[in-house]
Amino acid sequence: MRTIRGGHLLTLEGVDRVQVVDVLDTAESFVEVHHRTIRKVPALTGRVVASLFFEESTRTRLSFETAAKRLSADVISLAVAASSVKKGESLRDTISTIEALGLDAVVLRHRSSGASEQVARFVPHVHVINAGDGQHQHPTQGLLDAFTVRQVLAERRGTTGRESGAELFDGLRVLIVGDVLHSRVARSDIAVYRALGANVRVVGPGTLVPRELTEWGVEVSYDLDESLEWAQVIGLLRLQSERGSGEFVPSLGEFATHYGLTSARLTTLDPRTLVMHPGPMNRGVEIDNAVADSAHSLVTRQVANGVPVRMAVLYLTVAGGDGR
Amino acid sequence: MSESTGPAGPPQSTHPIMGPDDVARALRRMAHEIVERHRGSNNLVVVGVQRGGAPLAAYLAAQLSDILEAPLEHVDLDVSFFRDDIGSAPLKDAAPTTLSRDLRGRVVILVDDVLFTGRTVRAALNALLSFGRPDAVDLAVLVDRGHRELPLRADYVGKNLPTSREERVRAGLDGVWIERAS
Repeated sequence: MRTIRGGHLLTLEGVDRVQVVDVLDTAESFVEVHHRTIRKVPALTGRVVASLFFEESTRTRLSFETAAKRLSADVISLAVAASSVKKGESLRDTISTIEALGLDAVVLRHRSSGASEQVARFVPHVHVINAGDGQHQHPTQGLLDAFTVRQVLAERRGTTGRESGAELFDGLRVLIVGDVLHSRVARSDIAVYRALGANVRVVGPGTLVPRELTEWGVEVSYDLDESLEWAQVIGLLRLQSERGSGEFVPSLGEFATHYGLTSARLTTLDPRTLVMHPGPMNRGVEIDNAVADSAHSLVTRQVANGVPVRMAVLYLTVAGGDGR
Repeated sequence: MSESTGPAGPPQSTHPIMGPDDVARALRRMAHEIVERHRGSNNLVVVGVQRGGAPLAAYLAAQLSDILEAPLEHVDLDVSFFRDDIGSAPLKDAAPTTLSRDLRGRVVILVDDVLFTGRTVRAALNALLSFGRPDAVDLAVLVDRGHRELPLRADYVGKNLPTSREERVRAGLDGVWIERAS
C-alpha cells in the first residue's frame, strides 16, 4: 500500500515499517485522548463516514463507529438487513446512492475478497477503509494486533510504544495458529508483523496451512507443541465454520486436540508469552476458557485498542491529504 | 508554534535576536510575574504546547518552583487534533500529551514558543477544556511576533518581536532567530 495519509486503507500487503509506525504512533495519541475528561476531539468535524457492513460483525462495527464519533465525524450506518441490498441492489448502486449524500469515507465489510478495492475504484475521491473483505484482508485488525503487542512489550521495558518505534519487533517470534487458509486476519497479521521485522511462523493442519504459504515469507509448521515453545507471541485464529473450514478438519474435537490452545498446553507456556485472538472466540475449540481468561491473554486489550487504532486510520486517511 | 521549526536544525540567520542567557533571563522574569499575579496560589500547573512550548514549560516550571520553594507540576499538551487547518494543510505528527488529570480548580499557565496568528493557542485552549474546567488560563510566550488572526493576547511575553509575515521565527532555550523564507 502507499501511505495511508490522504488515501485508502485496503490492504496491509506491501506495507512498510514507516507506514505502520505512523499509524501506531498516531493511535497512541488517541489512547491519551481516551483518558481525558472529554474523550472526543474535533478533528473530523463536519466529515461524514459511512459504515457499510454487508457481513455481520459486532465489535468491528461498534469499534469503527465509536472511533468516527470520537473524532466528531457524522456517521451514516447502513443496516444491510433493512436496506435495498436485500432487494438485490448491487454494491455499486448502493455505494453511488450513499455517495450522493456527500461522503468523506466508507468503512466497508463485505463477504467478497476485493470488495473494498472495487469500491475505491467506484468512488476514488472517497476514502475507503477495508473492515474485512472475504478471506483477503482485515487491515485494522492487523494494525491493532501490532499496536497491542508493541504496547505490552513497551510497558514491560518501562517505555512507551512511540519511543520504541518498531525496535521491539526486531526478530520477535510470532506464531499464527489455526485456519490460516480462510483467515483475512492471518493475512493482515502476517503482513504487519513482517513489515515490522518480526519472524512469523504459521501452524495448523495441512488442509488449513498449505505448504505454499512459505511464499508469504513465513515458516510453516505442523507441530503446535514445538511451535508454542518457539513463540513469544501467539495469534490464534477463529475456526471459520461459516467459510467452510469445518470441511477441512475431521471434527472440532480433533482440531482442538491437535491445534487448540488447551488448558493443558497453557501450563507449558513461558509466563511472558502473549496470547491473542481477534474474536469472536470459539471457546473449547481454538482456545480454552482457562487460556482466554489467563494472564497471557491480550483479548480485552485488543478490543480496547480497536477504537484508538481505528481513530488513527480514519484521521490519517480522511484528514491526511494536503488540502486539495 | 505555527512558525517555529523546533529545536532541530541549524539557524539560517547568523546572529540570534536572543542568546541562551537572554532566554533564561526572560523566562525568570516571566516566572516572577506569574508568582506576582498568582501570589499564594497553590494550584498552578504549567502546560507546554507541543512541540516548541514543551522545553520552555519545563524550564519555567523549574524557575517557578525555585521561587515558590515548592515543587510545581509541568506537563505537555499536543494540540494536533484541535487545529483548524486539519484537512487543508498537511497533518502535523502528533506528539505525546503527558497532561492526563482533570484541570478543575487549577490555574493553568499555558506556554508556547512563538505567538503568531493565535491559531495554535486557540487549539490549545479547546484541547485544555477537554480536561475539565480550569479556574483560569494564562498564556506565556517567549516571543510575540504579531500578526494575530484571532482576538488573543499573551499575559507574559519574553520578547515582542516585530516581523513580516514571510519571516520565520525560531525560539527555544538555545535562543531566538529570525529566518528569511527561502
